[in-house]
Amino acid sequence: MALTADTVRGIAQLARLRPSPSEEARLIQDLGAILEFFAQLSETEVEGIEPMAHPLEVDQRLREDEVTEPDRREDYQSIAPDARDGLYRVPVVLDSD
Amino acid sequence: MHQKTLLEQAQALQDGDVSSVELTRSYLERIKAYDGSINSFITVTEEQALAQAEAADGARAAGTAGPLTGVPLAHKDIFCTRGVRTSCGSRMLDNFISPYDATVVQRLEAAGMVMLGKTNMDEFAMGSSNETSYYGPVRNPWDPERVPGGSSGGSAAAVAARLAPAATATDTGGSIRQPATFCGVTGLKPTYGRVSRFGMVAYASSLDQGGMLGVSAEDCAVLLGAMAGFDPRDSTSVDHPVPNYPAEIRKPVDKVRLGLPKEFFDDRLDARIRASVEEAVGAWEGQGAERVEVSLPNLPLATPAYYVIASAECSSNLARYDGVRYGHRCADPQDLEDLFCRSREEGFGAEVRRRIMTGTYALSAGYRDAYYGRAQRVRQLIRRDFQQAFEKVDVIAAPVSPVLPFKLGEKMQDPVAMYRIDGYTIPVNLAGLPGLSLPARPAEGLPTGVQLIGNYFDEARLLGLGAAWQRETDWHRQVPPGYA
Repeated sequence: MALTADTVRGIAQLARLRPSPSEEARLIQDLGAILEFFAQLSETEVEGIEPMAHPLEVDQRLREDEVTEPDRREDYQSIAPDARDGLYRVPVVLDSD
Repeated sequence: MHQKTLLEQAQALQDGDVSSVELTRSYLERIKAYDGSINSFITVTEEQALAQAEAADGARAAGTAGPLTGVPLAHKDIFCTRGVRTSCGSRMLDNFISPYDATVVQRLEAAGMVMLGKTNMDEFAMGSSNETSYYGPVRNPWDPERVPGGSSGGSAAAVAARLAPAATATDTGGSIRQPATFCGVTGLKPTYGRVSRFGMVAYASSLDQGGMLGVSAEDCAVLLGAMAGFDPRDSTSVDHPVPNYPAEIRKPVDKVRLGLPKEFFDDRLDARIRASVEEAVGAWEGQGAERVEVSLPNLPLATPAYYVIASAECSSNLARYDGVRYGHRCADPQDLEDLFCRSREEGFGAEVRRRIMTGTYALSAGYRDAYYGRAQRVRQLIRRDFQQAFEKVDVIAAPVSPVLPFKLGEKMQDPVAMYRIDGYTIPVNLAGLPGLSLPARPAEGLPTGVQLIGNYFDEARLLGLGAAWQRETDWHRQVPPGYA
């Protein structure tokens, strides 16, 4: 299945990736081959078959709404690339004025 | 001591023939001497290991030791270890010092085991050859020109070279069983939900399952007993009683109906591997097992269905790596968007980015039903095939890999060719069944293996068959030349 450069760029944007032009060319080729491989799936009849999510049909469990985790903000923020005063720092999102 | 199995080492500790500090030190020395040539460890935790070993010897002196107290092991670098880097083989997590322990790590530590270090792996467990690691490829101790398999290639190579008596591992599409067969060790992928996924870095959550690699099936049984069980912190964990595996596997294996699916023995299968599998099946027949031919008609669809599901789930799971809270952040981001995109582009390797792109496409507007929805329905068909087979047989016997360990670089240029390598292991993950990989008669100096697939929670029967065969053979005892 042939993919266009625009499609690949759109997918990269959704995935928050930024391929270089040479990478983009490679992705067009590789994703095309992978999608062609996936096309086999459309050759089989799956009408009326229930999709399978958990092998043992386990549903999402709920737990009591109780606090179980201690406050470990400092531990967690000690491994952040940039944290200060309990906050994660990122480039300016809104203009200051 | 390193020639002994984990159980034999546990016995030696119990008998006072060796202390945990001596045993741990001997493994740390072996890692220093040999790992330069195979690259099976990312991090060696020497100080911590010796401290744990001292504590284990103390517990033994105090009379509080359990059966595994003081036995060393290595953890795949996908399991979070508090205070120790957990890289998942990725530049993205090269600086990630985990603030908590995975349940598996916690349970094995509570059993008194000593962590030697963290083993190398394909980046985020995405690979079948351990060539996608940020820390460089792992080499197969049987032939350094060849791959050890993946993604748990470091764990398998470390156990094969006897740099650790056993290692934890994970299996999403064959990542325990395929490296086990490539390196000539025993590996178990338990039933989905049997072992907690808490603290195991997620790749494809509906398929990921933790397990182990060891020298013998008996070693795997004792480790499974320590690792398995319900965990409220893993929402997909199954609340099912944990049998006494070491006792269960001593039961006789006669009258087991052993199914051979004809689709596994097609022309893709290397004739030498076929011969090894046939020999193993013959041995079980000699012990009283009955051979039955079965069919899994939807098997050819397993690999494409798997790669749709795995890629889709990986694109969602790996969205958490944003360069904000932990992990790699690019230098001098222009704005928030630039921070996200460049941190991710730089932090992830080529195969991980390719799967994220594939999964993002498969889940994008208008395609979700055509890809993910359809793959989930095919998955149901594959599970039904297995359930129908298990009405006729108790256990399925099959090859693990269609090919012998291949050379480094041989398949890296063609992603689809690499994906097809996993065709005999993937169906088991799709169905959520347990699978055991056992070393069989080598071919031209390279390991081969046989796979046993069981019904849900039937690990004890697989391990029992494995142990019965390993009592008659010594393939699992063979150590690569140069590592004795």
